[in-house]
Amino acid sequence: MTKKLKWDFWTIITVFIIGLFLLFLIYPLLSLFLSGFKDSGTDAWTLENYTKFFSRKYYTEALMNSFKLTACVTVVAVLLGVPLAYFMSFYKIKGKGVLEILFIISMMSPNFIGAYSWILLLGRSGTVTQFLKGMGIETPSIYGFGGMLLVFALKLYPFIYMYVSGALKKIDVALSEAAESLGCSGLRKVFTVIMPLVTPTLVAAALLVFMNCMADFGTPALIGEGYRVMPTLVYYEFVGESGGSANFAACMATIMVMVTAVIFLLQKWYINTKSFTMSSMRPIQPKKIGGIKGLLIHLYIYLLAGLSIIPQCMVIYTSFRATHLQVFTDGYSLESYQKVFSTAIQSIKNTYLYCLVAIAIIVILGMFIAYLAVRRKSWLTNLIDTIAMFPYIVPGSVLGITLLIAFNHQPMMLAGTSIILIITLVIRRMAYTLRSSSGILYQISPSMEEAAISLGDSHPKAFFKVTAKMMLPGVASGAILSWITLINELSSSVMLYTAKTRTMSVAIYNEVIRASYGTAAALATILTVTTVVSLLIFFKVSGSKDVTM
Amino acid sequence: MSVNINIDHTVKKYGDLTIIPDLSANIKNGEFFTLLGPSGCGKTTLLRMIAGFNSIEGGTISFDDQVINDIPAQKRNIGMVFQSYAIFPHLTVRQNVEYGLKLRKIPKAEMKQRVDEILQVVRIEEYQDRLPDRLSGGQQQRVALARAIVIHPQVLLMDEPLSNLDAKLRIEMRSAIRDVQKQVGITTVYVTHDQEEALAISDRIAVMKLGVIQQIGSPQDIYARPYNAFVSTFIGHSNLFYATVQKTGSQTCLAFRNGYTLEMNNLVDSVINGQQVVVSVRPEEFSLNDNGMECEIINRTFLGKYTNYFLRFGDGVVLDDQPSIEYSQDLGHVDSIFDIGAKIRLRPNPNKINVFSEDMEQSLIRDVKRYD
Repeated sequence: MTKKLKWDFWTIITVFIIGLFLLFLIYPLLSLFLSGFKDSGTDAWTLENYTKFFSRKYYTEALMNSFKLTACVTVVAVLLGVPLAYFMSFYKIKGKGVLEILFIISMMSPNFIGAYSWILLLGRSGTVTQFLKGMGIETPSIYGFGGMLLVFALKLYPFIYMYVSGALKKIDVALSEAAESLGCSGLRKVFTVIMPLVTPTLVAAALLVFMNCMADFGTPALIGEGYRVMPTLVYYEFVGESGGSANFAACMATIMVMVTAVIFLLQKWYINTKSFTMSSMRPIQPKKIGGIKGLLIHLYIYLLAGLSIIPQCMVIYTSFRATHLQVFTDGYSLESYQKVFSTAIQSIKNTYLYCLVAIAIIVILGMFIAYLAVRRKSWLTNLIDTIAMFPYIVPGSVLGITLLIAFNHQPMMLAGTSIILIITLVIRRMAYTLRSSSGILYQISPSMEEAAISLGDSHPKAFFKVTAKMMLPGVASGAILSWITLINELSSSVMLYTAKTRTMSVAIYNEVIRASYGTAAALATILTVTTVVSLLIFFKVSGSKDVTM
Repeated sequence: MSVNINIDHTVKKYGDLTIIPDLSANIKNGEFFTLLGPSGCGKTTLLRMIAGFNSIEGGTISFDDQVINDIPAQKRNIGMVFQSYAIFPHLTVRQNVEYGLKLRKIPKAEMKQRVDEILQVVRIEEYQDRLPDRLSGGQQQRVALARAIVIHPQVLLMDEPLSNLDAKLRIEMRSAIRDVQKQVGITTVYVTHDQEEALAISDRIAVMKLGVIQQIGSPQDIYARPYNAFVSTFIGHSNLFYATVQKTGSQTCLAFRNGYTLEMNNLVDSVINGQQVVVSVRPEEFSLNDNGMECEIINRTFLGKYTNYFLRFGDGVVLDDQPSIEYSQDLGHVDSIFDIGAKIRLRPNPNKINVFSEDMEQSLIRDVKRYD
């Protein structure tokens, strides 16, 4: 009897999680998909939305723009990130520790803050623009394609850097020596041995950059101006005051998901055919480098690190500048902070509250799902594991719309509530925790739990008392990454917020749109400081400086 | 094609730390030469100096008459087999073997023929289109060997290539390596810490300790006539006894501390009456003899072909700090084995045992060469 009950615990969890997924992921995505085939007036089935999209240049151009931008960003990020990873792994670079932290900070800070601070620097009334204007020099416009390329590339190349350095660490130095003993050296060795070994990792990282760029709403919204891309198009169509249609937005969102899904599957297929394992007995030791070559390499790295950290510094600096009627004046003050605390305090509270609730749910669900996928392998738990990866291919703004369409009527009237925001956050950012949880679970021997059960514990007791406790350090490192991305979430929140449920990132976006740069900077500083502090905790908890997302 | 390697007063330093103070050796053309020693003795360091992965801080290394000190690794035309094999995981077996040939711009037809040939020699043709991931350790080892040999290098360098294999495969692979090496006839430098492997595979062995070659010789010489006590105890087991030389007229004897004397006729002429020496006796160099030295059996291990007895002699007869004093009894010719606690009498074979100076640094047996 008791045995049957024990077995039931994990079955109940499985059923419960499948229920959650069906309700909050499968059903909404299905609604989105179907909604795209409906007429906004009559609710009748139609292909109208799709014919409209593909027949008008206005829309197809946005899709092409998205592709063009994303492809360029990915290429530039790879060109910046790969040499950086190579130099940092093969040569002794002065100040390596600090540089690594700078790269990670710039990677973890939200895209739109980067866009915003480049506006502060190079925008129409930007510091640098004004300064150069004073000297009679006209700067090219930061708005549009060029600006987005700059912001995205500088923001996303650290992903390439992190992934590729991770892969370079796994290369045994004997492979490099073997190439040399066969008569190969220099660039030739790099291209016939080193690069092919990191290519699968590079492809995975490039995909991450691609997805991130394709799905980002904040950057094009702030800096894109006339350059239309899909996320902004979907947003304006959905929330637009000028007669937008939810059904047409759903159609465009579906197209976006299709595109990302195809690219995701291509990458998966590539990785599966190309994968090989490497184990390194002697990792590559960085060599000393001097002379002109060393100087140029150092210059490259410092310049890149400087450019990446400028946005953060600019934001913090701006937040302390004195303002008068939203216009910066000479001198410094805490005015912006005072204003934030009097007008936007709710958004700060919201951010912390929603994200804390979300992270709690994420940790619990993440541990359960990881356990099911690792320890209770079956087609059902495999399915759960696969579905849990869905959010990878659903852009944030699309996920926002998806949930709005699904829960915009009774009995599940969630639109406008904080619940829908929290649900979205959980879905969006669970993957990191899930991955780190299964990672640590593979390292914990099942016999630990079996020992507890053999000594008389029930299944749930054994899980919570033994396995869960041993999992915690691993789970924590993933949870902190989830947390950092949670507090910086904009793409989906901007679809779902109301005046009452505004979060910090949404507030910053609103303030920037209203050209209220001082308060935006103060809020962004609070967000950045939270991010950096969380990162430092992450380094402490995980005991390493590697962030793999 | 193949060359002899001349190592002349070579020095290796890492900063202030000297790994190899002054090392000379001559490796003959076509020879299988093994560097043997405990970990940290500098054998791998020396190999990597020959390969070009370690710098040379003093002296020279030459291939035939060409000094290679300043030639980078990729220009030395060496074949190297690594401890971790270092098979390129992104290339198939065939592509791995082709890699060095492609760099040498060998014509397609010749390349195919050479690759086919070497794959056959190392017996991995059937796996040629597989990725290395799907190969066993022994197969990967064969790929590494093929890849190193196919480029027709001047020398073949092997860094503990068998240490990652299990015992059975190790024995199989070592004869495979030996066969391939003889077939190709290439000068080979082989590094190992496994003395049995070294004895089985080598033409000559250099035994190293703390960056200094203790002895160079054929496996038989190294085993039978070690130059010093380190070599005699590192290769196989040796029991070390204190003794004194007694010269009376034309007769030379060794007097052990328990009063036992043994006549010797192969000691160097320079030994003098009363000289303190150390005698090294291998477990198989004892025989049961009523006129032997008395000892007690304190333990025994039955090993099938023979039984190993662990012995105790009287106080001060043997050197302290020896892990054990052993006698091997060949079971081919005896009916019963001794019990623990039994007292037996053993006689060392004077034609086989070795005698060292008191500091154990030098053999006192006639015609023992340090560097042969």
